[in-house]
Amino acid sequence: MLMNNPFNIKVVRMQTTSSPVRQQERQDISHILDDESLTFAEKVISIKNIETRDKKSRIKATAGDIVIVNVDLAMAQDSTGPLAIRSLNEMGIDILHDPSKALLVIDHTFPAADEKVANLHALIRDFVSKHNCMIVEGSISHQHILEYLATPGMMLLGADSHTCQAGCVSAFASGIGSTEIAAVWATGQLWLRVPETIKINLSGTFNKGVFARDLILDYIGKVGEEGANYKALEWKFSNDYVKRQFSMDSRACISNASMECGAKISVFPLDEITTKYLDENPRINNNIGGKIEIQPGTYAKYKDEFEIECDKIEPQVSGPDNVDKVHSIGELADIEIDQAFIGSSTNGRIEDLEIAARMLKGRKVHKNTRCVVTPASVKVYQDAIRRGYVEIYLESGAVFTNATCGACVGTHLGALGENEICISSSSRNFVGRMGALSSKVYLASPATVAASAIEGKIADPRRYLLL
Amino acid sequence: MNDQPIIITGISKGRAWVFGDNINTDIIIPFRFKSRTNDPYEMAKYAMYGFDPDFHKKISKGDILVAGRNFGGGSSREQAPVALKYAGISAVMAESFARIFYRNAFTIGLPALEIPEIRGKVNQGDELKIDITYFTAENIRTKEIFHAREVPEFMRQMLLEGGLVEYYKKYKQFPWIQS
Repeated sequence: MLMNNPFNIKVVRMQTTSSPVRQQERQDISHILDDESLTFAEKVISIKNIETRDKKSRIKATAGDIVIVNVDLAMAQDSTGPLAIRSLNEMGIDILHDPSKALLVIDHTFPAADEKVANLHALIRDFVSKHNCMIVEGSISHQHILEYLATPGMMLLGADSHTCQAGCVSAFASGIGSTEIAAVWATGQLWLRVPETIKINLSGTFNKGVFARDLILDYIGKVGEEGANYKALEWKFSNDYVKRQFSMDSRACISNASMECGAKISVFPLDEITTKYLDENPRINNNIGGKIEIQPGTYAKYKDEFEIECDKIEPQVSGPDNVDKVHSIGELADIEIDQAFIGSSTNGRIEDLEIAARMLKGRKVHKNTRCVVTPASVKVYQDAIRRGYVEIYLESGAVFTNATCGACVGTHLGALGENEICISSSSRNFVGRMGALSSKVYLASPATVAASAIEGKIADPRRYLLL
Repeated sequence: MNDQPIIITGISKGRAWVFGDNINTDIIIPFRFKSRTNDPYEMAKYAMYGFDPDFHKKISKGDILVAGRNFGGGSSREQAPVALKYAGISAVMAESFARIFYRNAFTIGLPALEIPEIRGKVNQGDELKIDITYFTAENIRTKEIFHAREVPEFMRQMLLEGGLVEYYKKYKQFPWIQS
């Protein structure tokens, strides 16, 4: 059993089809929900403001305000949880505010790669069994949260920068440090500064061989690694046709990778794709708050607006050493690679494994290249088996691992040696990210990584995707 | 094992180590080291490993990092400011900080001073003086005084006590509650 469910929570289906809003709660906060002058971030923080909840005050939080908020879920993983536990111990805090809202995930170096990691995993398991909080082992936290826990309008904080991924289901989701997570576990609250918001309008349709990852790399290349530092990103579709090409998997990729330009949150306001996803993937913990449809106001004030025409984007490759060093595929073609990595919370979902499998079917990984494939969660792994993708990967000569953050952070299952070059669908390409300081990482979509695996060099995916 | 917390208070003096833009958390401490210990003194052995694996041996107690834009970008790892502090660094000054690193630095009691004009005003090895009561920095060589970006009062109070854990140990509540 991979998921421990200490409360024996009954699986409750969210009432998303009729209305995601619980009526009584909506009445209490209708003045915020209906305010046309507020951004998504301003609305969520106004609702979660402890003053609003405790006193039904009519305070509205706007960009720049510092507000104490109630937190619906606070997560730490196996490389940040131990420090959170250490801080709680040092403060002498022995009781958690609400253990059902505390989640620990053992994902980064799972299963333990060595004794040191095993001891820290044991520390986490002891803490969980003492406090009766939630634990997940063997799925990447962000993907597990998306599949089972995240709800629209919830306040989610995680001791992991890519926590912002849950913005794809219209959650307010943001990364913080270990000791602050400890404070949330202790009190259920934390202070936040209300971020300014950048609105990004999407239009046009993707050309063949171009995916969400290319879009977000292109954006980061334009605004730089601190282009959205301290800010919220709000994604908006110019029409339904544009909207329909952004599946939940592709939204998750964009929200996740928004961290690489510093975004505090990266949100896709709730639409029919969100509700369909939530209908098909019922939430397992009914105790977690949120479940409120929050739409940005029509006259909300934005710090900046940005237009992206999807049809103008080409396959992008970022790197090495900085994510904002973004190139069109043609500029880097023919760089020989030692490893191709398909996976991570940024691009290890079923659509990612599908496109790469389609390309590798009946083909072989180049003899000078190793190809490592890592699903983002147990569910993705199971789907990949069911659909025959695992078989295709193994036939092609790729290695298929368990779900973990392993190779992305160079901790196990695909680390790089001296001077090795890797093309990867993972999150970052920083110096030494995947291993030796002299190794180099290039980031690209799973399709570009698969094309590169076949050719043994950075390669354009479009020639494999004509049909 | 040395288990004593390091607490930085009031005024610090030290030599400057000057860096450029985008010094990210993987440079400050790689994942594979920070994820294999829960001991801050052990983390300190990998401070700035991505720049120079022997950096921790070259630091004198009190030394100060000076950097360009977006210091501490990337991961949420609190081990990044912890490694710097336990390696002997007494403050970081930068033109700008990445959001999570900035929060973490205050939380763990490593003074982080955002000074937009700092680049070009400090040379490698300059002696610097930092005063966290007033959030100012002085380059002893040039006598120039810099004012860092102000922070909410509760963050300053937390820093003056040595970070969130020390603040809580003293007052038995979290600093943001008072306001």
